[in-house]
Amino acid sequence: MFYRRLASPLHAARASVGALWALSLTAASLILYHPLVLLALLLGVLGAAWGAGVGPRLTRSLRMAVIVALPIVLVNVLVSRDGLTVFARLGDLGPFGQGNLTLEALVYGGVIALKVTLLILVTALAGLAIDPDELLRIFRRLSFRSALTATLATRMLPLLSADSQRLAEAQRTRPGGARGGARARVALLSAVVAGSLDRAMDVAATLEVRGFAATRRSTRRHGSLRRPLSRHDIAFAASAVAILTLALIGRLTNVASFEAYPQVDLPLNFGTLALCVALLAAVLLPFCDRRGIEP
Amino acid sequence: MSGALLSFEHVTYHYPESARAALSDVSFAVQPGEFCLLAGLSGSGKSSLLRAACGLAPHFHGGRFAGRVELAGLDTREHGPARLGSFAGALFQDPETQLVTSTVRAELALALESRGHGATAVARGVEEVALALGIDALLDRSTQELSGGEQQRVALGAALAGRPRIVLLDEPTSQLDPVAGDELVALLRRLNQDWETTIVLAEHRLERCLAAVDRVIALDGGRVVCDGEPQAFAQWASDAAPALQTPGAKLFALAGLHPAPVGVRQARAALRARALLPAQDTTGASSDPVGPADPPAARSRMRRAKRPPAALALRGVWHELRDGPAILRGVTLELAPGESVALMGRNGAGKSTLLRHAAGLLEPTRGKLERAGRVALLLQNPGDYFIHERVEQEASAEALAQVGLSDAATRSPRDLSGGERQRLALAIVTDTCPPAGTGDSSERLPAPAVLALDEPTRGMDRLAKAELAAELRQRAAAGQAVIVATHDPEFAAACAQRAILLADGRVIADGPTAELLAGGWYFATETARILGGAGGALLPERGAEILRRSAPVELAS
Repeated sequence: MFYRRLASPLHAARASVGALWALSLTAASLILYHPLVLLALLLGVLGAAWGAGVGPRLTRSLRMAVIVALPIVLVNVLVSRDGLTVFARLGDLGPFGQGNLTLEALVYGGVIALKVTLLILVTALAGLAIDPDELLRIFRRLSFRSALTATLATRMLPLLSADSQRLAEAQRTRPGGARGGARARVALLSAVVAGSLDRAMDVAATLEVRGFAATRRSTRRHGSLRRPLSRHDIAFAASAVAILTLALIGRLTNVASFEAYPQVDLPLNFGTLALCVALLAAVLLPFCDRRGIEP
Repeated sequence: MSGALLSFEHVTYHYPESARAALSDVSFAVQPGEFCLLAGLSGSGKSSLLRAACGLAPHFHGGRFAGRVELAGLDTREHGPARLGSFAGALFQDPETQLVTSTVRAELALALESRGHGATAVARGVEEVALALGIDALLDRSTQELSGGEQQRVALGAALAGRPRIVLLDEPTSQLDPVAGDELVALLRRLNQDWETTIVLAEHRLERCLAAVDRVIALDGGRVVCDGEPQAFAQWASDAAPALQTPGAKLFALAGLHPAPVGVRQARAALRARALLPAQDTTGASSDPVGPADPPAARSRMRRAKRPPAALALRGVWHELRDGPAILRGVTLELAPGESVALMGRNGAGKSTLLRHAAGLLEPTRGKLERAGRVALLLQNPGDYFIHERVEQEASAEALAQVGLSDAATRSPRDLSGGERQRLALAIVTDTCPPAGTGDSSERLPAPAVLALDEPTRGMDRLAKAELAAELRQRAAAGQAVIVATHDPEFAAACAQRAILLADGRVIADGPTAELLAGGWYFATETARILGGAGGALLPERGAEILRRSAPVELAS
């Protein structure tokens, strides 16, 4: 589940624009509440993942999101005492009062779960399709070492993951296979930690000889290099603006209004459907232009 | 030492908490534009010398340091690695730990950005070093996706990006196949000749680079024991340090020829001048007057002989990645009990995947495997097996005794030397009893029917390789089938009767080692290259025999 350069419009866009686009999706997920609009956004994000070539990997995140989302719905139904439409009565729950489960609590829990799912998927999509090095390089102007340290952390995670897989594989080749049980797991974990310390030492030595300690901020007199905007930069920037605008329109007008309590108020009109279609188009259209995407 | 780019004056260095000196009274000077080779067995001080040259010792590692090292006129006691890094690029053994960012472009840019270069200078520097090393096609690739050879080139590129005046390299070819290894040495030679970049290279496989260097500094126990031109070193090694002899030099020494050659070209010229060069015959069928190991005849015998049931059989095995390429493409092969096989091929040819299938770590997507018993697999990094604090907890006393590690039972596995770690890992995978304290020690497992080893000689010196080859021959003689994936033709020739060449997941050649490794450019031993494959001679002993019989009168005199 780490960034890998693929031939896709999102990968071809510069990291800052990709991050802006992901932020606009995040903002839209937070601003909007109408379930149908959120579903359209979810569909858009999944479509974007396929367009970026990371669909199968995002499906794994979707599974995790569902595991997180279901308890949210369950807890909201059990805890919320708002709502007028009771669909089950659990009787007197002592200090918790009457256990009346309401349709409104169920729907509101579902909406929150949908928002959480969207946030998880957008974060995963950004992690898979936006180059972290390029993104962190933006912050190097502010603090070179902090940004580089963050870059190293992003590089170390997949390395440590690969280390633990290699160690586990080696244990499987022991006679009788890898030993199970807590003690064996602790031994394996400590070996991974010891290995990671060794690796950290090697990386530190490499950074030393590459001049990390002599870090100097580049100055204007060294000249700057402007990278021209690609068609994908422009497309994703426009998409981000469109997503944000549509989300604000949905929030500020009645087009995507939604009230869960005291009774579910879920208006469904032409404006709502038009907003759904417009959001879907805004998210997916940048993926239609596949010129110049080869890594 | 005036004008020297790098100079050591009576340098003695101890790592922290170590009583033994890693470097002891070392003095020498390297002039600008020199290409120096550091030779020596494991633990002789090569890596420590390189680390002292770039300031990591003592600034990074600590320890006790005496004497004086100057790099580009800077005293390393007063200037740290970051300052010295403006003049010296360093490349260490494991390229994976030297790639610190996610993409190749970012990696090459890092050294320049660290030194405060502007965006234009960084972009230009990255482009130039990528073009110089032929890695421009990799610039936007993730560093995680690179093969071992590509990683090594990128790490070298990162070391060179700042246009250093001197490059310090510690066994850069240890993880490379013969083709990539030769390419890297040629590249270093080009850097040295075209741009006068001074190069100090530590390497175990001297035959790979001896002909390309200007000077050899040999170390033993942290001391300089030989410092001279390659020719003088070759002669010195023949006389005083046979463990550092190249196969070509050993061939000449055994045949009674002088002086020792420093490469294939010089050796062939010397033999031609004496009319000793056998007629080139890559099959080895007709030119060998000795004749006991006629490879085609041996192959014919191998085919005709009624083979016992296979210890391991792969029948049309495919390994196809989901959404990815096929790593193995219909591999069919059999290993008989007691047979020793070398599995060779370029990085990424599918050798490791094949061994993982043999051991049952992977399941074929098509085809099937048959095993006569347990397959013990020794993976590339022996350290991956060590999860306990003491050696005796890793393997049974019996297994430790078998690999000669009984005396190390109470030591920490991580304190063992490279060769000892390899032997301990071998004891772990071939163990037939559970280690003490982990179960019922009376419950014995069957001995492995097949022993598979994946690149077991990485970073090993010639002595350790010879010991391992002897161990493998012994196991094969005891009836165990042995299959070794290796990039080292000399090791393959020393331990295997049969060689298999893989390319792009397919078996492209399978035959007696004497035939397969006698006729190639890259997958050939130095002896075979010198003798042109005559008589199927792969190792100096057999080559010398052929030479002696070719001209007994001259050699006797």
